[in-house]
Amino acid sequence: MKLPVKITINGQATSHEVEPRLLLVHYIRETVGLTGTHVGCDTTQCGACTILMNGKAVKSCNFFAVQCDGADITTIEGLAKDGELHPIQQGFWEKHGLQCGFCTPGMIMTAYQIIERYPKPSEEVIRHQLEGNLCRCTGYHNIVKAIEWAAEAMAKK
Amino acid sequence: MATATERLFGKSIKRREDPRFITGRGQYVDDVKLPGMTYAAFVRSPHAHARIRAIDVSQAKAHPGVVAVFTGKDMTGVNSLPCGWDLRKEKNIPGVVQDLAMVPHMPLTSDVARHVGDPVAVVIAHSQSAAVDGAEKVRVDWEPLPAVTATEKATASGAAQLHSGAPGNVAFKWALGDAAATDAAFKNAPVTVKKRIVNQRLVANAMEPRACVARFEEATGELTLWVTSQNPHVHRLLMCAFVLGIPEHKVRVIAPDVGGGFGSKVFLYNEEVVCSWATRQIKRPVRWTASRREAYVTDAHGRDHVTEAELALSRDGKMLGLRVRTTANLGAYLSTFAPAIPTFLYGTLLNGVYTIGAISCEVTGVFTNTTAVDAYRGAGRPEACYVLERIVEAGARALNMDPAELRRKNFIPKFADSYQTLMAVTYDSGDYGAAFDKLLTVFDYKKFRADQAAARQQGRLLGVGFSTYIEACSIAPSKLVGALGAGAGLYESGKVRVHPTGMVTVYTGSHSHGQGHETTFAQLVADELQIPIEQVEIVHGDTGQIPFGMGTYGSRSGSVGGTAIQMSLNKIKEKGKQIAAHLLEASPKDMEYANGQFQVKGVPGKAVPFGAVALTAYVPHKYPEGLEPGLEETSFYDPSNFCFPFGAHACVVEVDRDTGKVNVLRYVAVDDVGNVINPMIVDGMVHGGIAQGVGQALWEGAVYDGESGQLVTGSMMDYAMPKADMLPLYETDRTVTPTPVNAMGVKGAGETGTIAATPTVVNAVVDALAPLGIDHIEAMPLTAERVWKTIQASKAGK
Repeated sequence: MKLPVKITINGQATSHEVEPRLLLVHYIRETVGLTGTHVGCDTTQCGACTILMNGKAVKSCNFFAVQCDGADITTIEGLAKDGELHPIQQGFWEKHGLQCGFCTPGMIMTAYQIIERYPKPSEEVIRHQLEGNLCRCTGYHNIVKAIEWAAEAMAKK
Repeated sequence: MATATERLFGKSIKRREDPRFITGRGQYVDDVKLPGMTYAAFVRSPHAHARIRAIDVSQAKAHPGVVAVFTGKDMTGVNSLPCGWDLRKEKNIPGVVQDLAMVPHMPLTSDVARHVGDPVAVVIAHSQSAAVDGAEKVRVDWEPLPAVTATEKATASGAAQLHSGAPGNVAFKWALGDAAATDAAFKNAPVTVKKRIVNQRLVANAMEPRACVARFEEATGELTLWVTSQNPHVHRLLMCAFVLGIPEHKVRVIAPDVGGGFGSKVFLYNEEVVCSWATRQIKRPVRWTASRREAYVTDAHGRDHVTEAELALSRDGKMLGLRVRTTANLGAYLSTFAPAIPTFLYGTLLNGVYTIGAISCEVTGVFTNTTAVDAYRGAGRPEACYVLERIVEAGARALNMDPAELRRKNFIPKFADSYQTLMAVTYDSGDYGAAFDKLLTVFDYKKFRADQAAARQQGRLLGVGFSTYIEACSIAPSKLVGALGAGAGLYESGKVRVHPTGMVTVYTGSHSHGQGHETTFAQLVADELQIPIEQVEIVHGDTGQIPFGMGTYGSRSGSVGGTAIQMSLNKIKEKGKQIAAHLLEASPKDMEYANGQFQVKGVPGKAVPFGAVALTAYVPHKYPEGLEPGLEETSFYDPSNFCFPFGAHACVVEVDRDTGKVNVLRYVAVDDVGNVINPMIVDGMVHGGIAQGVGQALWEGAVYDGESGQLVTGSMMDYAMPKADMLPLYETDRTVTPTPVNAMGVKGAGETGTIAATPTVVNAVVDALAPLGIDHIEAMPLTAERVWKTIQASKAGK
């Protein structure tokens, strides 16, 4: 059995017939073909699949695609506008907030929400808010610095 | 053409690979999509040890969407996965007491499963979901057998036996050092300490799970394998020559963007072999990506040592003798480099940075019904450092001496070219006291002890821990490792192609899975050729493009891979001089390369720019007689010795007396990795290494249920990965002692943090608990529960 689903991703309408058990992350990666959103675990721990759904950072492995009918989604591919990096992306680059890059899309999408909620986040706030995103390369030090950099850059705008 | 004037070596330039990662355009193996692609799902043993009576695949084959189902019996002519480190290879290997039991490890086991997750069948289907559904329909008639998982129980009488070729579950016995001299040192020593030290099993947990895509093209006979590999050429060689018996030159292995490795992606695994075999059968591409749960039970684990360590001391704190007896759990099979880790990467480092009177080390490698153990970041060296730094700490307590003072009394004095240790290896260069003194200064040790005394007055449990470390990296001289059992040479290749327009492509046999090769190697090339870095492209991870390569592990990319590139650059410059000299009607001997041009020595006005020489090499109208056209050079660099980075770390923790929870308040690292190409990148690697080391000390551990043999920490929900809010900011600093081994003077920086951090943190916790009369904690991780229990036991004991 397949069910129809319509989801807007990065401003583009998508529409497919999918198995009810298809996870949103697999819809994004396999059905639509946007592979920037990653799968790092199967228990909702790692946060590599974090996206923005209707403005909220969520783990896309935690939804069935069919639950998201009508949703408006932003993935990592949709963050830069007109070829210009989003300040959070720039922050991760400036402060060396990534090494292997696998957790990075999820980190950036989570950071987006952190700065939205806390425009001037303290180190403690950033660390607490990142609790749902795992990184094995950086020890988080430069991820914290990257988000601080981005928050400052965004405050100036 | 613009020339670069600023030297980039030593500059923290931003990473050139980052734009694709921060925009979601990285291309990892699971992102590879091919027309007609099929999906593999493996049927795995749910038992730790079980005989396979029969496998019924009929229902799975009939499942809609299933293309094929294979078991081990179908894979005729396929050999065992090889172990690339054979302790039997040379009978005169120092240390080998008992031959290695080279037990078979079939890609799909057909008689007995020896650990939970051991694959027995593969189902290939048109979709991932059909493959998984099909796998559930494979019926295996299991006969469960008794299992043994605990390291210390493996050789006990009556323990379940894993392999007929390994009686008593003993894989090997190995010894190094001078046992008689050590016995004598202990006999006469006024002070001795003896501790049981357990280095628990860990899971590497690279964020990207292992994956592969295999595509066979019948028309050409070519096989392409995209695989999460730290060393694609090694994967290709092992798979072609040892397992599948297919022609190496018809196989292309591509390791594209790889999401972390930490050792776990070095090895040749069952799944990539099975997919490479299966695509040849079904003539369609096959993709497999591990679920995280599969990763936990199939990625090679790390550590898992149980050790008895003894230190003999004089009353004034001279280290007279060190005796170490270790049992190393190798898991159910011999992973690719497994026997090397608890022997030649462990015992050889027990000399540490200290002058020790005599040392002896004995290691027994054992098989258990657990996932295979192999190199995990540091690989043997963290285990050695942990034993040494914990027993030194215990020695300081036995002497009632400041642990910093005890260390300072015993450092090997500064040396510039070589120091022969008691454990076979020769250190390259070192100034261990300087790194430690810098640490004490940065840390402000005096002030801390005053603060600690005040805190203790208030009943707070505040502690400091130190660790020094030595690491053997830049792995490694082929002749030496060959004599020690390596099946491979450990050189690296570097090819430099100068295009007619003066653009440069560099092909390295090392591989980046987070290390930043595309940046650091480009810095080297831009400096050497004095051209803008934008003109330089670094290619890695593709056997179709790169001549050969041994890959990335053991902190070897910069020192070994970088030197190979540098050698090729030198050849390019030599050839360029000949071309330019001809154009200028000068002698090649009178030429030099300066400011991005080939010029007559000291005469910048009489010069040919780099780009013009490049063009001439490909349009050789006016060209030296007998010189080949083209400007492309390849070099293989085989180092003359390991490089030995070192350093000293300190950590402050506070223990909550009521709950046992440990908080890391401060972490200071002073590392000496020789010259540094990109400090930002090195600091980043140190940070990550520290996090993994702290993780081992406080939270991480792979735990098997002793009865069922199940991995009870088999998911990220159960295995405690360090999170952002569990860790502090790290303070990093450096001393610089260049290595004489390579021209750049770089030693290697990939593993330092992991090696040093674990004993640093544990020493700090023990120091914090000292007022309670606690002087040792045997096992890690130091979770709140374990620390609380330790506190309660100490109270009860009083």
